[in-house]
Amino acid sequence: MAGSQPPAQTGAQTGPQTGAVPRPALINDARVRAIVYQALTLAVVVWLGAEIWTNAVSNLERANIASGFGFLDTTAGFGIVQTLVPYTEESTYAQAFLVGLLNTLLVAVVGIVLATVLGFLVGIGSLSRNWLIRQICIVYVETMRNIPLLLHIFFWYFAVLRSVPGPRDSLEFLGSIFVNNRGVYFPRPVAEEGFGLVVMAVAVGIAISVGLARWAKQRRERTGQPFPVACASFGLCVGVPLVLFASIGQPLTFDYPVLQGFNFRGGLVMIPEFLSLLLALSIYSAAFIAENVRSGILAVNKGQTEAAYALGLQPGQTMRLVIIPQALRVIIPPLTSQYLNLTKNSSLAVAIAYPDLVSVFAGTVLNQTGQAVEILFLTMAVYLTLSLLTSLVMNWYNKKFALAER
Amino acid sequence: MKLRRPAGLCLAFAIGFAVTTPAWSEPAEPGPTLAGVLDKGYVQCGVSQGLPGFSNPDAAGEWTGIDVDLCRAIAAAIFADVTAVRFTPLSAKERFTALQSREIDVLSRNTTWTLDRDTSLGVNFAGVNYYDGQGLMVRKDIGVTDALELNGVTLCTNTGTTTELNVADFFRSNNLDYKVLAFEKADEVVAAYNANRCDVYTTDVSGLAAQRLKLTDPDAHVILDTTISKEPLGPAVRQGDDQWLDIVRWTLNVMVAAEELGVTSANVQEMTASTNPQIKRLLGTEGAFGEALGLSNAWALNVIAAVGNYGESFERNLGKDTPLGLARGQNALYRDGGLQYAIPVR
Repeated sequence: MAGSQPPAQTGAQTGPQTGAVPRPALINDARVRAIVYQALTLAVVVWLGAEIWTNAVSNLERANIASGFGFLDTTAGFGIVQTLVPYTEESTYAQAFLVGLLNTLLVAVVGIVLATVLGFLVGIGSLSRNWLIRQICIVYVETMRNIPLLLHIFFWYFAVLRSVPGPRDSLEFLGSIFVNNRGVYFPRPVAEEGFGLVVMAVAVGIAISVGLARWAKQRRERTGQPFPVACASFGLCVGVPLVLFASIGQPLTFDYPVLQGFNFRGGLVMIPEFLSLLLALSIYSAAFIAENVRSGILAVNKGQTEAAYALGLQPGQTMRLVIIPQALRVIIPPLTSQYLNLTKNSSLAVAIAYPDLVSVFAGTVLNQTGQAVEILFLTMAVYLTLSLLTSLVMNWYNKKFALAER
Repeated sequence: MKLRRPAGLCLAFAIGFAVTTPAWSEPAEPGPTLAGVLDKGYVQCGVSQGLPGFSNPDAAGEWTGIDVDLCRAIAAAIFADVTAVRFTPLSAKERFTALQSREIDVLSRNTTWTLDRDTSLGVNFAGVNYYDGQGLMVRKDIGVTDALELNGVTLCTNTGTTTELNVADFFRSNNLDYKVLAFEKADEVVAAYNANRCDVYTTDVSGLAAQRLKLTDPDAHVILDTTISKEPLGPAVRQGDDQWLDIVRWTLNVMVAAEELGVTSANVQEMTASTNPQIKRLLGTEGAFGEALGLSNAWALNVIAAVGNYGESFERNLGKDTPLGLARGQNALYRDGGLQYAIPVR
């Protein structure tokens, strides 16, 4: 055995040109093998996919079940309780799909923002030197993440629903905000003539603020002088437009909700289904995000804190300028997973009749058309796309913060 | 507390598999449903997840209800044995898929017969075992007596049914404002209505009568007289197996015929000695009608002996002496002013 090995090795090292030792058989070539295996696997997967597709199509045909996407142009004929775009019973199934999609996006985006803010606060709090704050945060994490999400949703829906009064005994705040078990009613702002100017002022303010921030950063890097960007931006984006708003005679009126018959009419309404789903999703996900944040902060070497203190930075500044930017490198990848989870978990909305994509499209529309294959395919495609988009954005953000490896 | 999303996924896979597997091994033609049923020795019957009076497990865990009776009647017609039946509880959303994918042999689940369902879903309806209409239930204390007073209300209902469309049609055609919340499960609708999330609970009148029993204080609620739709409920089978469709249709029909002829589960054995030619044909002492269906000639006799005629089944499950206390109404025999009319057995 040992005697036969050395020539083979020399052959491999010197390459085929020596000619003395025969080239290894094709079947033993690792590179060829790898390619063959991959090609075979790909062929099997493609064949399987094609087979499933043709089988499904032919069987649907044989069972006399309608197929295809033609149903999307048909009139939906049912109402939806929360629509972000104009929708009536005469709209098509495609529009119902859009309404469901936007409702899913609304609860997912607002939920992600809320969960992130809450998660960061709790995560930082659980490392606080204050015993009480630390314990509260730890208890929060351990309780919230160990209760199934569906129970969170039911709790917020039924427990909260029962504790608020009916429309006729609404709780009233500031004389114009009403809370009852039909939702939270706000006055709806209605833009009058000239309000466009104010909007433009805000836009200009934002543009200038962005430039200002860039200039301030360059100056700080050059000279070390800080510039109060936050205050200046606030003044530009809020203060100036406010002054303008007042000076041109407040071109904004409000459409107040008014109790009429069974319920309030007018105004803006946040339905209880949205609120409870939002609360459940944010509170549940925040517990996981808090743990990500805690692990991220703990991953930053203690020396960094000590060095920052030695330079005379305040604890708050140390956290904001030294610890968090470094912790983000550890936090962001698992944070992405939490965002994906939150978006996908929003489909539990169907339990409490929040009209999200699954409830409206994979629920009502599926039932009325009976085209389960097409509808579930579309629904899955939407969640896949949303998840991939979230991943893309987060990966881009992660690259920005990743350790620059030189 | 069942998670919904996995259920949805299972549904997707079930469709994928059910729809794909038959052609996978390229069987010539799936045998007729009856052959399959005889082969396995029982009828697989799709029922609801619990609707008192129609299909609901009782205290002993036995399924009861008018829809369940029909399943048992089919089992009696085929096997002369009411226990040769197994039940699959299905949500409104799953029911047609379960039928299409051969998971069940017959769907007897308070299902409304509509043109769209009859055509685009690949199913056939075998008849009507309960004429229903969509009703509206409200709290007594809101003081509404007429459906047209319901302007600006919020309604709670089930998703996956014709109710959402009926609500839209009724409120739009009467220029009334409304908001509708569609829940996946009947229990969640009850909970939301109980928590005062909505002013109106809407579903089929029979369903309202049944669900009202689950409310904290059933007497504080009233079902308005207005019905806003026609809901002929009946059993459905897969398209393409006419023999099976005939068996289900005629099983339902002989129950009504027996009531018309005064044949009951109590007197059916004596009735075999009857000289009335209609009764003789019904009970198989004359002619070979059972054989024409692929069954024994005593099939109808077995059905009536086991579950009784239509009227018996109705009174036992929905009638005056049950908690639902529904009147026969539209479901009375035609000669009593109702719509139940047996097609002649001859």
